[in-house]
Amino acid sequence: MVSITLVEAINLALKHEMERDAGVVVLGQDVGVDGGVFRATLGLSERFGPERVIDTPLAEALIAGMTIGMAVEGLKPVAEIQFSGFAYTVIDQIINHAGRLRHRSRGRLSCPMVLRTPCGAGIHAPEHHSESPEAMFAHIPGIRVVYPSSPRRAYGLLLAAIRDPDPVVFLEPTRLYRLFKEEVADNGEALALDTCFTLREGTDVTLVSWGPMVPETLAAADELAEHGVAAEVIDVATLKPLDMETILASVARTGRCVVVTEAPRTASFASEIAAGLAEEGLLTLLAPVQRVTAYDVVVPFSRLEDQYIPGKARIIAAVKKALAFG
Amino acid sequence: MTIVARFEIHHSQFLDPHGKVVQPLPAFAKNSKALVALYRWMVLMRAYDAKAIALQRTGQIGTFASLLGKEAVEAGVGSAMAKDDVLLMTYRENGVQMMRGVTLKELFLYWGGDERGSDYAGPRRDFPVCITIAAHATHAAGVAYAMKLRREPRVAVCMLGDGATSKGDFYEALNAAGSWKLPVVYVVTDNQWAISVPRARQSAAQTLAQKAIAAGIEGLQVDGNDVIGVRHAMDKALARARAGGGPTLIEALTYRLSDHTTADDASRYRSPDELAAAWKLEPILRLRIYLAESGAWDRGKEDALLKECNEQVQAAAQAYIDTPPPTAEQMFDHLYAVLPVALEKQRAAALSNYSLPIT
Repeated sequence: MVSITLVEAINLALKHEMERDAGVVVLGQDVGVDGGVFRATLGLSERFGPERVIDTPLAEALIAGMTIGMAVEGLKPVAEIQFSGFAYTVIDQIINHAGRLRHRSRGRLSCPMVLRTPCGAGIHAPEHHSESPEAMFAHIPGIRVVYPSSPRRAYGLLLAAIRDPDPVVFLEPTRLYRLFKEEVADNGEALALDTCFTLREGTDVTLVSWGPMVPETLAAADELAEHGVAAEVIDVATLKPLDMETILASVARTGRCVVVTEAPRTASFASEIAAGLAEEGLLTLLAPVQRVTAYDVVVPFSRLEDQYIPGKARIIAAVKKALAFG
Repeated sequence: MTIVARFEIHHSQFLDPHGKVVQPLPAFAKNSKALVALYRWMVLMRAYDAKAIALQRTGQIGTFASLLGKEAVEAGVGSAMAKDDVLLMTYRENGVQMMRGVTLKELFLYWGGDERGSDYAGPRRDFPVCITIAAHATHAAGVAYAMKLRREPRVAVCMLGDGATSKGDFYEALNAAGSWKLPVVYVVTDNQWAISVPRARQSAAQTLAQKAIAAGIEGLQVDGNDVIGVRHAMDKALARARAGGGPTLIEALTYRLSDHTTADDASRYRSPDELAAAWKLEPILRLRIYLAESGAWDRGKEDALLKECNEQVQAAAQAYIDTPPPTAEQMFDHLYAVLPVALEKQRAAALSNYSLPIT
């Protein structure tokens, strides 16, 4: 058992799976000798060689398309798109090909690939490096969208993503890459996809989040506890397909729900969860579902990002509003 | 000032439009049986094409993209590829597909809007038709990378049109294929028209083959109406790829004798004179003349072949028409390896013929 950061957990999972399965290859810009711009692939090239840890030309559509070709031809490719803003280019390949190949060939072909990309703001990065594209990916049929929020879950979910027989878009919260460490056993045990994780149990309100906003949501729950409010905290982890049952069951107990995301508000994934609660959980709700989201604005350049990312105060304010209702 | 790079693009042709041999034939073409086999495929393609258009015009299939005029490209590529090579193609490559074992019924199913038409019983590793232009050029690079990584003597063959060479995906794929010396052959059918945009307005490049040069790979141009030329270029490109020599870009010059699809009307943008001139260069006639003059073909064989092809096409069309449409649950089948729990309610709603709310 070692105490490691989230980005080290990504690295550990990649290493484990490349060791276990000779079909796993890693590709992307600067993933080889450089070990990736965030060092997620550090040491892989030395260990597994440049044929399996592939420095690609600087071409995102190529990376996504090649990954699809490799996966169909029997490899288990894990591609890295260097920054979230560059991932928009690859949506064409994911929606038109990765998500459809199994379906349109009636199961004759499959596309067992992982597309990793760091997401979210909060590290004073250049423009186009701080996006939260999860809802765009979650809209795509035929794929999975996973967004871990801790080293242990990052390790287990990445193993699951690589072993999954279908395409997985694996979003990584840049802000959490080195925020904290956790004990992670390199035991090769994958976590379940398609399921939420209840991180904290509570009876007064359900806080739902994923990826980079989870630590802030947990911090809000801590502070609420000091004021006698017991918040249940759910990490969605796999956004698509969504485990709505866990969220519905929690809200059936608490009667109140606040959904927290760093993405802009309109058509956000928080909206999807709120709609699901309205459709199937209305009679269990004691208050309207609150969404805590970014504003419908362009991700600001870094001097304003702290005012853009919803913080603990906004989460607590939303909880208070939900508690005050009725 | 010094010259740091030079290049030239070679054009090759063996049979001219009059069926005359213009340069010594490659070894395979000295055997008239091999050429007759190619001829038979080309005639079948044309019979299939005519039937598909008739089915569309009578509302029995959806929009169809004709391959009329491109039979030599198809036969040249299809006959050169090995069984375990992988074909990645557009919607105008049904000829190569049938030569690789895709059945005519599967092709009609596809154009009839039925995904079971892409579940090829024959070439299990070939990709389904790529509709989004040039996206499959990048898939081909990935397929070829996998083949190279496993040290397999296999090749990915990617077929595109002239319009596709304007796309970023095409350049990105070519560039990467060159960088890793991948076992891939890109075949560009330059049929002069990308729907209504003529070749001259697609690119100022003198040839499309020269786009290979910037990627550091082999590029050449062939008369795409000359099946011997196409086949010979493919043989060389495939052998080079198998031997570790890297990719080739083949530009096959031909002409789209049809509309872009059955939903198009080419008379809106090109002249009847141009079309009439192109018919004089078409690929089947010249091969028939050559075979007849060398004593390998005659009227009786022609009539028998036409009858045989028409019967084959008719039987396949009927088999397609007799196939019941898919049922609603097939929208959910094969979406994932195992249908996620989250989709089970939607599937149940679809199965109940939408009488249940989708919740």
